[in-house]
Amino acid sequence: MSGEVQVYTPFRRGLPALAPYLRELWGRRHFAFELARTEIRTQNTGTGLGQLWLVLNPLLLTFVYYALTTILAGGARGPAYLAHIMAGLFLFYFFSSSVVGGSTSILSSGRLVLNTAFPKMLLPLSVVLVNVVRFVPTLGIYAVVHAAAGLGFGVRMLWAVVPFVLVVTFAAGLAMLFATLNLYLRDTKAFLPYTMRIWLYLSPILWLPEQVPDALGFVRWLNPLFPLVGAWSDAVVEDVRPPTWMLAAGAAWALAALVAGAYALLSREREFAVRL
Amino acid sequence: MPCCPGSVSSLSASEVALDDVAPPTAPLSVRVENLHITYRASLERRPTIARTVRRLGRGQRVVREIHAVQGVSLDVHQGEVVGVIGANGAGKSTLMRALAGILPPTRGRIEVHGRVSTLLALGVGFNAKLTGRENVTLGGLAAGLTREEIAARYDEIADFAELAEGFMDLPMLTYSSGMYARLAFSVAVHLEPDILLVDEALSTGDARFKEKSFVRMQELCRRARTIFLVSHGLSTITQLCSDALWLHEGRLVRRGRPKDVVAAYKRYLAVGDSAFADEDA
Repeated sequence: MSGEVQVYTPFRRGLPALAPYLRELWGRRHFAFELARTEIRTQNTGTGLGQLWLVLNPLLLTFVYYALTTILAGGARGPAYLAHIMAGLFLFYFFSSSVVGGSTSILSSGRLVLNTAFPKMLLPLSVVLVNVVRFVPTLGIYAVVHAAAGLGFGVRMLWAVVPFVLVVTFAAGLAMLFATLNLYLRDTKAFLPYTMRIWLYLSPILWLPEQVPDALGFVRWLNPLFPLVGAWSDAVVEDVRPPTWMLAAGAAWALAALVAGAYALLSREREFAVRL
Repeated sequence: MPCCPGSVSSLSASEVALDDVAPPTAPLSVRVENLHITYRASLERRPTIARTVRRLGRGQRVVREIHAVQGVSLDVHQGEVVGVIGANGAGKSTLMRALAGILPPTRGRIEVHGRVSTLLALGVGFNAKLTGRENVTLGGLAAGLTREEIAARYDEIADFAELAEGFMDLPMLTYSSGMYARLAFSVAVHLEPDILLVDEALSTGDARFKEKSFVRMQELCRRARTIFLVSHGLSTITQLCSDALWLHEGRLVRRGRPKDVVAAYKRYLAVGDSAFADEDA
């Protein structure tokens, strides 16, 4: 007998006691890691190139968008521009894969949710973890393109860690929010890819932050990814310290998303088993 | 002696007929106090915006309350094997999920002493693209074990499942359904749970494996484990259990020696639902 005693009582005001919940979440971290590892290992089984697709996918995508923007701009835009697109796209695809994948993480784990007791927050967080692992090798490709474009490497590039951590936080918050919403409104899953496509065009990825026309100036404030991707791009591509307003605005968005997502998930978690 | 639950369903939980309860000297394993579980189920199987708009237009409410478990109270001591019987929709699986902490109570309280392992469905957490060996790790972690605990039990789990040579290192996609179920069962019964919840999973594998599963369950009981066994196989209940519960429409209508409870349940089945409905009315 292990001596542990668990008492299950009705949740008060929708939220479970946070301290034991977080302890349980931490105690189950190996399960989240194993789920993430499984997802990565099994994803490309059966393809000829196997895990090489982790790197090939974002690379090919970059060339598609580079070709598109070059044609639209009516001429070549130089290797530094390719570096800018690549840095932004890699970060954006980390973000969108985390949110879109996270949104179905609970719904698609119905058997697990119905038959095992564990903090459901593990599921969307595990999807974010999968995408962090997928993101890391793309930094290697970016480094090659960055060097080939004749851009320098400097210590201010380390500022990129800040927007990256904020994007991870922002993505985790939205993944939890949409994972919960998807259980109540199945249309969420169908809308998300289009939302993400528009979000990509409204973020300074295929264009530069300073290119925003005055009429669209509001995207600076209303698009959380504007300061986040802007700061990332400043640090990674330009080797400059990102403006403080970008870091502060990005941090505010990330924190708001995390709180909203965690609240949505925790307050509804007791219903998940009957919403699948 | 009541022949139909209708006449006893009005008893409060503490008054439920207790024929013979296992030794009260053993330490407490599970205590359920006045448990109620109510689902607020949406009538829409797949909630979408279009349906929500149409429904709001008509001013309809789609949320319906389902009282899956109503006022169940029970104490179960270590070493007891509790059989749970009842018709479909009686609340058996809901009760199991509540004991496992999957469904929180709407009202009431559940106290569980020790680690619970569930065998409510086979191969939960398994990924068919992974090998048997990797799935033992994944399934064990899903059930709450640490990597070290899984590594320490791996050989025993693999031996018990008795897969043909080399299969533990093949993807589970290549397994027959029987092999899949055997490995899943083996993982569940080797988790060394203090309390094991089993839902209709004994029909695993061939006759010999079933026999082996029985023996393993008896062994778990001897080691002061507590087992809840949900089954429609009434003979399984009488053979394996030391105590039985009969649930009807979310209420505990009878508890006691398995043969007595099963006999009462059989009498109810023979009389049928019509008589039951009359009595309720």
